[in-house]
Amino acid sequence: MTPPSEATEQTPPAAAIRTRKLNFWYGSFQALFEVDLEITAGIITSLIGPSGCGKSTLLRSVNRINERSGDVRTTGTIEVLGHDIHGERVELARLRQKVGMVFQRPNPLPISIRDNVMFGYRLQNPANSRNKSEQEEILEGSLRKVLLWDGVKDCLGRKATSLSLEEQQKLCIARLLPVKPAILLMDEPCSALDPQGTEAVEELIWELRGDFNILLVTHNMAQARRASEECVFMLMGRVIEHAPTVEMFVTPRNPQTSDYIEGRYG
Amino acid sequence: MFSPTALNLRNRRRERWFRSLFLLTTVILVFPVVAILGTLIAKGGPILSLEFLFTEPREGMTAGGIFPALLGTVLLVTVSLLAAVPLGVAAAIYLSEYAAESRFTRVINLAIVNLAGVPSIIHALFGLGAFVLFLDLGTSILAAGLTLAIMNLPILIVATVESLQAVPKAFREACWTMGATRWQTIRMVVLPNSLTGILTGIILAVSRAAGETAPIMFTGAAFFIPVLPESVFDQTMALSLHLFVVTTQVPGVPEALPYGVALTLVGVVLAFNALAIGFRTHLRRRKKW
Repeated sequence: MTPPSEATEQTPPAAAIRTRKLNFWYGSFQALFEVDLEITAGIITSLIGPSGCGKSTLLRSVNRINERSGDVRTTGTIEVLGHDIHGERVELARLRQKVGMVFQRPNPLPISIRDNVMFGYRLQNPANSRNKSEQEEILEGSLRKVLLWDGVKDCLGRKATSLSLEEQQKLCIARLLPVKPAILLMDEPCSALDPQGTEAVEELIWELRGDFNILLVTHNMAQARRASEECVFMLMGRVIEHAPTVEMFVTPRNPQTSDYIEGRYG
Repeated sequence: MFSPTALNLRNRRRERWFRSLFLLTTVILVFPVVAILGTLIAKGGPILSLEFLFTEPREGMTAGGIFPALLGTVLLVTVSLLAAVPLGVAAAIYLSEYAAESRFTRVINLAIVNLAGVPSIIHALFGLGAFVLFLDLGTSILAAGLTLAIMNLPILIVATVESLQAVPKAFREACWTMGATRWQTIRMVVLPNSLTGILTGIILAVSRAAGETAPIMFTGAAFFIPVLPESVFDQTMALSLHLFVVTTQVPGVPEALPYGVALTLVGVVLAFNALAIGFRTHLRRRKKW
């Protein structure tokens, strides 16, 4: 699956996610219209827009998690790192491992902290092929990466649901790491958190920058401004503007974008 | 300024009225339960003894114990649970977790709900035709247990589907995003978190299986058998049928005997339920969330 261009080494950085003429329907309601988007690899892109503009739907299309919502239909293509995710040989479980997702409300499983982090690892490694010391390493590494290790290292057997919301959300990021995702989709990851929690998780997201391609849906314009390098503005299921964050917030090209950013609706 | 108006006063009176009405109906509902249990204990209590529970009936069932019936009921309930629980849970998992919303699944759901409303005597005839005659199991514990299982499947399926669907979607999404398949999600997260609801369904099923008379009368329960069953292919006595028999079919039964049988039947159901409730509490305590 090596793109021929890689051999010539002249390509611009490949897109992390690329959609072509993407349309999406829930039953007879069309939620996305002709979305053409190229999410640059290696950076944080934020997705902003008023409620119901389709940003979560777009996000949930990238790991095909909204196919479980029943009567849905997609046309057009989505490529993740150059590979069509609707291809015939695509294994959904593989796709979802590569495209991890963090949800609006932290959703740790009602099991121990350790079991939460190792859940994905255990799915991939049948019981007999598990290496004890490797497991401990992965556990510690994942929790360190999300700045949670020092707080929980002495109580790894505790129920994950007994952690604070901020810690829970960090744990939800940590548990994605053992399955080695390439892309992290974050659906308003801070909206259930208090200001300190928001700050801490934002800092963490910024830390993860570079290791993962991050697509962040947010309601919070200040967050988009602080925490992302590129910004996509959506309205009524369409992409209105996609630009470097600084540019979009200082000199938006589209009047609808500037209206939204200035708070005239949304 | 804040003193009650005429309307307020009227509302207040109504409030009192309805409160008393609801209280009264609740008390009326409790009354039969207390009365039944009280009568059973008062009249049947004295006859209860280890000897009564664990010896065979004698002298044309007018004396002696009820052990064959007690054992029979326990066996019937056990066989019916062994058949109904795996089947019911599997069907519920399919309906709740796999089946897409379609005309077909709607028809199946409708059929299951309607099956729950079929009178038990119809299940009895079905059991007679299907298990006793067609599968040639004869009138046996197995045939009767399976008939009870069929009767209980709808309750189990409905209770299980409800408890599966009560598992938050967020848990499933958490599994999917780590690359879990449907079955892995069900096995590791959905089932463990719906076990308590499934056990509630099982409790209901036990009560019905132990108490029903009609379905087993045609399929495996006998009027009187002097020996204990040796295998599930034998006929058996059962408490529910025995109660019917000693109450209406045999002359010269001492008054306390039917009450003793009834009390034992209630006791068996409570014992099974206590087992399930104990298991449920144990699981809840282990889960802590």
